[in-house]
Amino acid sequence: MTKHTLSVLVENKPGVLARVSGLFSRRSFNIDSLAVGETEHAEISRITIVVNADESPLEQVTKQLNKLVNVLKIVELDPVQSVQRELVLVKVRADRAIRSQVLETVDLFRARVIDVAADTLTIEATGTSDKLDALLRDLEPYGIKEMVQSGMVAIGRGSRSITTGPALRAA
Amino acid sequence: MTRPTPETIAHRIHATPATVAAQAAHGNHAERQQPTERHQAERPVPAAPPAPAKITGAQSLVKSLESLGVEVAFGIPGGAILPLYDPIYDSSVRHILVRHEQGAGHAATGYAQATGKVGVCIATSGPGATNLVTPIADAYMDSVPIVAITGQVPRPSIGTDAFQEADIQGITLPITKHNFLVQNAEEIPQILAEAFHLASTGRPGPVLVDVPKDVLTAQTTFSWPPTLDLPGYRPTLHPHGKQIREAARLMSSAKRPVLYVGGGVLKAGATEGLRKLAELTGIPVVTTLMARGAFPDSHQQHLGMPGMHGTVAAVYALQKSDVLVCLGARFDDRVTGKLDSFAPDAAIVHADIDPAEIGKNRAADVPIVGDARFVIDELIGAITAEQAAGRTGDRTAWWGQLDDLRQRYPLGYDEPSDGTLAPQYVIERIGKIAGPDAIYCAGVGQHQMWASQFISYEKPHSWLNSGGAGTMGYAVPAAMGAKVGMPGTTVWAIDGDGCFQMTNQELATCALEGIPIKVAVINNGNLGMVRQWQTLFYGERYSNTDLGTHKHRIPDFVKLAEALGCIGLRCETKEDVDKTIEAAMAINDAPVVIDFVVGKDAMVWPMVAAGTSNDEIMFARGVRPAFDEDEL
Repeated sequence: MTKHTLSVLVENKPGVLARVSGLFSRRSFNIDSLAVGETEHAEISRITIVVNADESPLEQVTKQLNKLVNVLKIVELDPVQSVQRELVLVKVRADRAIRSQVLETVDLFRARVIDVAADTLTIEATGTSDKLDALLRDLEPYGIKEMVQSGMVAIGRGSRSITTGPALRAA
Repeated sequence: MTRPTPETIAHRIHATPATVAAQAAHGNHAERQQPTERHQAERPVPAAPPAPAKITGAQSLVKSLESLGVEVAFGIPGGAILPLYDPIYDSSVRHILVRHEQGAGHAATGYAQATGKVGVCIATSGPGATNLVTPIADAYMDSVPIVAITGQVPRPSIGTDAFQEADIQGITLPITKHNFLVQNAEEIPQILAEAFHLASTGRPGPVLVDVPKDVLTAQTTFSWPPTLDLPGYRPTLHPHGKQIREAARLMSSAKRPVLYVGGGVLKAGATEGLRKLAELTGIPVVTTLMARGAFPDSHQQHLGMPGMHGTVAAVYALQKSDVLVCLGARFDDRVTGKLDSFAPDAAIVHADIDPAEIGKNRAADVPIVGDARFVIDELIGAITAEQAAGRTGDRTAWWGQLDDLRQRYPLGYDEPSDGTLAPQYVIERIGKIAGPDAIYCAGVGQHQMWASQFISYEKPHSWLNSGGAGTMGYAVPAAMGAKVGMPGTTVWAIDGDGCFQMTNQELATCALEGIPIKVAVINNGNLGMVRQWQTLFYGERYSNTDLGTHKHRIPDFVKLAEALGCIGLRCETKEDVDKTIEAAMAINDAPVVIDFVVGKDAMVWPMVAAGTSNDEIMFARGVRPAFDEDEL
């Protein structure tokens, strides 16, 4: 099985996310990650779904998604021809003795400190899953107190846009 | 190829003579005859249309139903839907008051299946709506166009566990083609028009419209026709020419082709085309449970039904085919048996209006997305071209094998040795006496399979049943709906004693509303199909399958029928079968129920046991057909 990133453009209406996520569980497809937000058109939302599936189940899930009346367009993003990012916020133990070492790790990963307490630092980092995994691995020894991670968002490289075209005349 | 968009279809639907006349009255006609700027300038300015009168959301909903041409709706009022029932009282829409919401749902389905129009059912919030879940799921599995309208608690109460609140939109998400929760009264005409459009176009299916009570009582205005806004809904109707040519090429060169025909052919109104295609190519035809009647049973090229209880010839034809042309069917497990041994040598041509069906269960070599009517018409054209180029397959050997199987393994049954009445005989006689012009509705189980096997279907929409969902209790309310839609046609519900006890309360509706259906209860005293499996697979341990309808005559179906305002008849011997059926046929002013007391040991054959290969088909208990493998 391989990972696939689907960009699903949907009408920005109540309940659409439930329709999409419900379809995945109903047809027994597993979602690795899901992120949803508005697009440049207020009436269109974009759901980025990462699924771990073989080619044939992936085709089936794409077809089933296309059957949802509120789904406007589905594009599978090629990992090479697109940019993928996740966001992580992590609260790590960092008293005076080790704070400088933690800050060094933050710099190495081009992450940022967004909150400081006497014995912790809260760090914000964006990047690919691999980069964030590496950051977390390096922070682990200091003691991670809390962590929250977003789903992946992705966008194709180059000047072409997937949010144009006949399917999106509503926009 | 230009594909109709929802907007163009809406335009086509609503460009009625009345609107055209109205446009002409506003001077558009004069403008067309004198298309100069000067004349346009002189054109009298049309008077501003009068401000639309204020009406309630409920009135708007009823006006929408009337504007959509709805003739009949099946339903039951209740608290949240009550505002709707006030304008329904004066409406041209005939409302039929059922006894249970499940009856309303199946009646809408029966009406839709018999007429091809959209069936409508109405229920209140909470339990009223949840009682519609089974018929909605049933219509979803069989792709039947129905619109369910449910009341909902007022908007401010949604989410508070209010009295009779249920999230019916959430509950029906996986079993509707689409559903709506109306957020304000202005949306009502548009949502109703969209619901009917979605239900009846593309792959048909159920659509639910949930309307909060305060939306029904709110003041709004009504204008028609509304503009549909369904940017994500564009069913593909016309197949791709290259795929059609590829299919035609395969079909023309095939040695052992089969047309595997499903319910999509009926829904597309493609039965005439199917007959032409079959006769043009000489290819054998099998019709699935959902497609009985799509191709005449009396036609020489018809091998019958495939699948778990299909004919030996139909099952064999699929298994041994080299080109399998699937038209509007979906490789259901009841047809394929064990999937990985299904039709192992066949190249698959799969045509369906729903792209998600293609390749779902069996990979397609030639996938065709399109409406069966266009697919079949274009196949006829492409095959005619193949034949003109001299490419026609020789099917003499294939037909030789199939004819031999048909002759050796015809559908049949043994007379019960204990002297009881054979259920198959009863059903066969009903089919013979009522004839091919009648509509037959079945529940689910042994009687359903026998009704699919022993009645000869010659016409489309003459066989209604719960195919995909297998809903016990479907027959009586579906027959009621069919009879309402086709009042001039004889409608028989062929039901089991188990099924009949689930929904027979709708006979009271039939009696009061003047819906004279005929019900044959094939009463074997048991949940017959379950008992058959217990006989075959559970060592004859009959756990909880004896209903007592024989042993104790509880209920007494004749008395029950009479209590419900119907005429009750009973038949217990072979000699009485014809005259009892004829007596029922002679009654046209009241519903009739016949209690056919039949033997409990009759079984449905042939049979492919669940989960086994079609190659393991049993012609009768302990009898496997002899296939001459050397011939292939």
